[in-house]
Amino acid sequence: MDYRVIDAAEITAAVKKLFIDCNYFIGGDILCALQRARENEPSPVGRSVLTQIIENDRLAAEEEIPLCQDTGMAVLFVSYGDKVCVDGDFEKAVNEGVRQAYRDGYLRKSVVSDPVFDRLNTRDNTPAIIHTQIVSGDTIAITAGGKGFGSENMSAIKMLTPSYGAEGVKQFVRDTVFAAGPNPCPPIVVGVGIGGTFERAAQLAKKATFRPIDTENDDPRYAAMERELLAEINKMGFGPAGLGGGTTALGVNIETAPTHIAGMPVAVNICCHAARHASITI
Amino acid sequence: MTKHISLPLTEAAIADLKAGDSVLLSGTILTGRDAAHKRLYELIEKGEPLPVDIRGELIYYVGPAPAKPGYTVGPAGPTSSYRMDKYTPALLDRGLKGMIGKGARSREVIDAMVRNRCVYFAAIGGAAALIAKSIKAEEILCYEDLGTEAVRRYTVEEFPCIVAIDSQGNNVYESEPLKYRS
Repeated sequence: MDYRVIDAAEITAAVKKLFIDCNYFIGGDILCALQRARENEPSPVGRSVLTQIIENDRLAAEEEIPLCQDTGMAVLFVSYGDKVCVDGDFEKAVNEGVRQAYRDGYLRKSVVSDPVFDRLNTRDNTPAIIHTQIVSGDTIAITAGGKGFGSENMSAIKMLTPSYGAEGVKQFVRDTVFAAGPNPCPPIVVGVGIGGTFERAAQLAKKATFRPIDTENDDPRYAAMERELLAEINKMGFGPAGLGGGTTALGVNIETAPTHIAGMPVAVNICCHAARHASITI
Repeated sequence: MTKHISLPLTEAAIADLKAGDSVLLSGTILTGRDAAHKRLYELIEKGEPLPVDIRGELIYYVGPAPAKPGYTVGPAGPTSSYRMDKYTPALLDRGLKGMIGKGARSREVIDAMVRNRCVYFAAIGGAAALIAKSIKAEEILCYEDLGTEAVRRYTVEEFPCIVAIDSQGNNVYESEPLKYRS
């Protein structure tokens, strides 16, 4: 059987570029949504906040500096082709890319070693969170993002059961966003993961935040739920920076997976307006 | 209308600041976030002196990104304030006059603000590159081992923010969303 050999150094270089790029350059989907929101925002303070966010994102790209000081914890979704052989240690190569990006890109190192007792900064933003899926093919596709924790802290998961139905799912999403209120740097992107197991739902929710907000779920029923939730969230009134207004969210993305006959897990991963992600196929 | 405010805040300036006011702050401010607050709070609990004099000061909740060569400071936007709620009343009772952050505060913090006539400003979360333009100098005062969480003194010029909670306890995070809720 023939394998395509990829040098570990190539993985490192690609990961480094992904994290620097996503922290300097906001996605076109987000920028378009911010501009459209500014046109429609009824609150004068809200319009002013959106103007400053757009100006901030322009400035960051122009000067090649991070658009937010919280350059996040490094999260990667990797589709690893089964005909690929990495010459070296894949995880080490990824973490080396993160280390180099956060050092050479002047990104903030925000990771602590032990969550409860030591809380010592690892000083290079490693380790990364790496979700790897083996797929068929001879490429490695990576989608990476720096996840800020102002919004991450506002996320929630609930093990709903089947009788809750679609209305139960929507209620939990609305409750989570309402409880987050002004804290997660609105306007937010809401990632919803439904199905799977406890951990799969959370992973799907994260994956949903990495999907561009100018796309919709392939299943028209979930696409309709995305639009409905977005409209409902924007009636909550929190607005840009939580200072009041009609733009609390820029997008709602739903990802789903098969689940157990007894279950309907729902995870809501909230992301701030600096919804940073970038992709590459090696 | 935007109010230009010179720091340190005077009692008269604090009394004049109303929730919702847009302000530009000029002068010096302190920085501190989770880990520094925990340390300061533990010193207060033990009755020991603080390594930095907080009386009359404003604390900006920020953990800046590193400065690129040629820059004074790196991007430096506000972090979520509620995480400091546990520690804030003790600091306000010790003479801190205000905070700059983002997001809601607890009842205990607001009560301590009213009791001590203090003000809470909101800066725009995620506007870190833009906000850094108004920070002209920085000096590390203590807890350098905390890296980005060290306590710094920033010299700011026309630092943009909004009075989120004033010294009477009026709170834009409560009042403003209601106007747009349907």
